[in-house]
Amino acid sequence: MIRYIFNRLLMMIPTLIGVALITFFILRIVPGDIVEVKMRADGAAVSVEAIEAERKRLGLDQPLGVQFVDWMKGLVTLDLGQSMWTGRPVSEEIAARFELTFEIAILATIFAVLVAVPLGTVSALWRGTWIDYTVRLITMGGLALPTFWVGLLLLMFLLWNFNWLPPITFTPFWRDPWANISQLIWPAMVVGYRFAAVLARLIRSSLLEILNEDFIRTARAKGASERKVVWVHALGNALLPAITVIGLEFAFLIGGLVVTEQVFNLNGIGKLFIQSIKFNDYTMIQGMVMMFAAIYVIANLVVDLLYAAIDPRVRYR
Amino acid sequence: MSQAATAPTISIEARRASFLSSLAGFSRQQPVGALSLIVILVMLVASVFAEWIAPYDPLDIDYFAILQAPSWDHLAGTDPFGRDVFTRLIYGARTALVIGLSASFVGCTLGALLGAASAYFGGRTDAVIQRFVDVLLSFPLVVLALVVVAVLGRNLVFGIDIGLVFAIAIPIIPQVSRVIRAAALSIRNMSYIDAARTAGYSNTRIILRHMAPNLIAPYLIMLTAYIAQAILLEASLSFLGLGVAEPTPAWGLMLSGNATDYFITAPWLIIFPGIAISLAVIAFNLFGDALRDWLDPKFRN
Repeated sequence: MIRYIFNRLLMMIPTLIGVALITFFILRIVPGDIVEVKMRADGAAVSVEAIEAERKRLGLDQPLGVQFVDWMKGLVTLDLGQSMWTGRPVSEEIAARFELTFEIAILATIFAVLVAVPLGTVSALWRGTWIDYTVRLITMGGLALPTFWVGLLLLMFLLWNFNWLPPITFTPFWRDPWANISQLIWPAMVVGYRFAAVLARLIRSSLLEILNEDFIRTARAKGASERKVVWVHALGNALLPAITVIGLEFAFLIGGLVVTEQVFNLNGIGKLFIQSIKFNDYTMIQGMVMMFAAIYVIANLVVDLLYAAIDPRVRYR
Repeated sequence: MSQAATAPTISIEARRASFLSSLAGFSRQQPVGALSLIVILVMLVASVFAEWIAPYDPLDIDYFAILQAPSWDHLAGTDPFGRDVFTRLIYGARTALVIGLSASFVGCTLGALLGAASAYFGGRTDAVIQRFVDVLLSFPLVVLALVVVAVLGRNLVFGIDIGLVFAIAIPIIPQVSRVIRAAALSIRNMSYIDAARTAGYSNTRIILRHMAPNLIAPYLIMLTAYIAQAILLEASLSFLGLGVAEPTPAWGLMLSGNATDYFITAPWLIIFPGIAISLAVIAFNLFGDALRDWLDPKFRN
């Protein structure tokens, strides 16, 4: 098991190097860099010398290969470099906002699981009835309605009905759980809706498939109650593929919250990413992309390990 | 000679008849699909004939009519510049369709070519392409699109923002290439391909005449389905202020900026564009599903 984990960790390296190569060089394909944006932003007349000096300070005057090697050297020691816009370390900027985004992702996952498991199950058990159609309508909405619009509608609903909007400033959970939850539960519900839709569809189809399997017939034949057949034999197996979706969707949420954070005006990872894109802040974009990729790869590993722990058919050496 | 002269007319008539009868067959078997097709056609007509249908000019600013509630004069009210929201919704359909169709086309075509090449060449080429696809798949959709936006910026060609089209198309490429690769792999191992090879046909002929026709169905299905995703992504990027730029009317853009300021004073500014986006996405999603079930029962999940 430990050897398997070690091997998997080794296998992460080529993927991450691929991500590093692609993002680094893609960002530099097109001429025009942060120095131009920063110094000529308001159409100010800036001397060529000043621009060159700033380039030199940021290391942008070096050949691309040298820049890349320097960046990779830092990456090995988990040093992501400094933001070209604020000058603060990239890791510090990320760390300052990580808690908020991470908490929304967790809340959204909990919300999605709590909603999707019962919805997907009843939809499969009462296939073709109005229950099934209602659930399918709800899940279709989750996939088709733009999350930012759902967010705006939710805020509008809160304002109309309770004359209240969630607080804008972030309070850590350990300081004041109530203030924290009353701010973050709304964005979590909005992204959780889409997440739940994906999950409920998967649970429905995998449950339908499993209910036709031989071992379900065997369970019924040996006289197991219908409740036990469904809840123990069928659902237990139907939830296995859901683990993959939960793990990967969770990983995607860290980066995918970009739009929702904008709606709720939250200063999280997503907002930082948008700012970095708008300012052409290369080191920041690179650092964040590496983080998203690392989270995804680790989530993949955790999912595989969970399978090994839960599913007796899967064994790793 | 006389045969050559009559042959085309017969084939066109036959084609028209078969098109109409297959359309009828489609509507009978897939009523939901037919309904969504109607929504799509309405959108198409609205965007092609926007100049004739829309009651106002989408860019006409009227400071004497700002933030008016829906009325007979302004069916969906007016925005803070006094522009007619209904007009801007109609022109927004054009933006959504142009960007959605071109992004889906670019993404699906490049993805299909990549997937087919990967399956056909196999071996080392396949391994390299698949690793590349793995890397692309490890990003959240919006993140990948935003990186492309950062790189390509705004490049207008014939009034279409090519940077935006590619930003939406590139996240589609790895997903499509996976599906097409799997389909191509299964076709490559079919006995009729072996038969064609035994008959001594060239690789080109086998690919174009024997493999490609069997990949067209999944390609078309994905082309339709990804229009929905492209419209949704365009709306999201425009909402973030990194997609379509003002003053071009676009649904996502209509919700961006300080939409929250109008919760009480002008809720129609928030409700209508969202309905438009959702309706378009649902229509293309359902039509894609119906097309899949109708074209090939094997693709039913």
